Amino acid sequence: MSSTPPVIELDQVTKSYPGGVHALRDTCLRVWPNELTAIVGPSGSGKSTMLQLMGTLDRPTHGTVRILGHDVATLNDRQLSAVRANWIGFVFQQFYLTAHLTAVQNVANGLFYHGIARKARLRKAVVALERVGLGHRLNHRPQELSGGERQRVAIARALVARPAIVLADEPTGALDSRSGATIIELLHELHAEGTTITVITHDNGIARSFHRQVEILDGVIRSDSSTAVSGR
Amino acid sequence: MNSHVGPTLPPLPRTARLHPVDLIGVGLLGLRGRPLRAVLSALGIAIGIAAMVAVLGIGAASQARLLNKIASLGTNLLTVTPGMSVFGSNTPLPDDSVDLVKRVGPVQSASATGDVTGATVRRTDKIDPRESQGIAVVAARQDLLCTLEGRLAGGAWLNQATARYPTVVLGSTTARLLGVDRPGQQVFISGQWFTVIGILQPLDLAPEINTSALVGWEVATARLGFDGHPTRIYTRSVEEAVGAVRAVLARTVNPQDPSAVNVSRPSDALTAQLAAKNTFGSLLLGLGAVSLLVGGVGVANTMVISVLERRQEIGLRRALGARRRQVLMQFLTEAAALSGLGGLAGAALGLAVVTGYATYQGWPLVVPVTAIAGGVAASIGIGVVAGLYPATRASRLPPTEALTTS
Repeated sequence: MSSTPPVIELDQVTKSYPGGVHALRDTCLRVWPNELTAIVGPSGSGKSTMLQLMGTLDRPTHGTVRILGHDVATLNDRQLSAVRANWIGFVFQQFYLTAHLTAVQNVANGLFYHGIARKARLRKAVVALERVGLGHRLNHRPQELSGGERQRVAIARALVARPAIVLADEPTGALDSRSGATIIELLHELHAEGTTITVITHDNGIARSFHRQVEILDGVIRSDSSTAVSGR
Repeated sequence: MNSHVGPTLPPLPRTARLHPVDLIGVGLLGLRGRPLRAVLSALGIAIGIAAMVAVLGIGAASQARLLNKIASLGTNLLTVTPGMSVFGSNTPLPDDSVDLVKRVGPVQSASATGDVTGATVRRTDKIDPRESQGIAVVAARQDLLCTLEGRLAGGAWLNQATARYPTVVLGSTTARLLGVDRPGQQVFISGQWFTVIGILQPLDLAPEINTSALVGWEVATARLGFDGHPTRIYTRSVEEAVGAVRAVLARTVNPQDPSAVNVSRPSDALTAQLAAKNTFGSLLLGLGAVSLLVGGVGVANTMVISVLERRQEIGLRRALGARRRQVLMQFLTEAAALSGLGGLAGAALGLAVVTGYATYQGWPLVVPVTAIAGGVAASIGIGVVAGLYPATRASRLPPTEALTTS
């Protein structure tokens, strides 16, 4: 296990905002390949800050964030953008689909900054949509899809570049419980196929179904179910 | 730097460029999101460009018309008139001056008219002789029509026979003022009846003929008390030598006192009109430029609002791997596309106006290619400048925006 680096590593990471708010304090976390992790905590616990740091969307005040072993602080905007494009896939609570584009076009946007021709982007988008079970909805626009289907399109967009990790921020937060359950089911299937997934949620019920749960409160990790097994 | 596993790190993913086609695509995509707003904010640019294209196009058409006219009239006509002598009196031209002028090498033809001082022309003898209506009675040499390249609207020009008898040829304006519409009618000149034998078409290069009543040289001397001095000599010369002829005419006509002779080129008045059109056009162009400026401010305004509204889209794009520069380029492209499309629409509108106006006026249609190309290019440039500030703001937006607004 020591030969491959963790996909994401937070090493004594602190994030504080102006005004003395410590969103995250001295946090250490390693996400290994092929893990299905839930980061659980109530709102204001610092879990969103953690996702932003893991996704290289923000930089820590102190400590080191490494993606596949590379210290994020040493990368410039160009390299960091390439890391986001190729290694990290994002799923958001509000989906963020473009209203006047079809499902395929929305998913193909996940490859927009990869230097791939448009036709190849669309072809890969079709494959990704089939993978999330939306092969029959390719040319529908977001407003013609149900909430659960929209989130599936967003998940396909996160998967289309075959990233090293998918980071999902409250992926069921805007959905009713039945569609939410099918999304969680889809995440389990994708994990079974070998995708590394980290989900942020305030819902303990969802977290319990994942094989690793990290509980966070007031910017500090309270418990990590994997430390009991593999140590730190 | 990397504490635990240095040598076996996977290499960083390669960075990619955005293909120009994709850049333009994403720029146009932004406009598709809110089409009505795009149309309204491009309207200012469109109006500005339409105004400029229309002004330049109409100006070009009217210049083309003038050039055509000048070309058809010729610029080789010179006129010689008596000027003031050193003592302030009018020095008459010598009687033989037409023959002297004809001897100048490049001169092709020369002719003259002589004012019959004190003579008036009236429709009938019942009309007060003081109501001359500005019509001059003029003695004309028989070769005048040929030199002026004039044409008759009806009737005939003076010939050897008719020049001896009380006959008259009327200029176009004269005929209208006297109410004479065809040859054969009589007019009353200084107490005698004269028969109208011809009516001239308007002469652009010798407008004074239009307001004259032309009688033969002989009959003017015999019956109207004409002194025989020519008062205006017309001459045409070889086009390339007009300048040289002009330089020697005064000395040829009056070797003793060349400064008492005026020489002018009637086509100069038309050429001056060309320049006059230009200054008028530049005023309207300035107005067009102002409306372009206002349009540019409108585009900047729209883009600033658009960036504020699309924070989430910008955050999403950063999360999908867009670099700051690529976000900047996207919004610059969008502003340029917005303004450029406005410019295209404006150019089309302006061209339609030019076509309509030129057709209505019967002018030659000149497509203002430079104005159209320049206008569209200018509108794209304005878009880039207007988009600079909003695009910079968009590119500086932290990528966390997409995640935090939930």
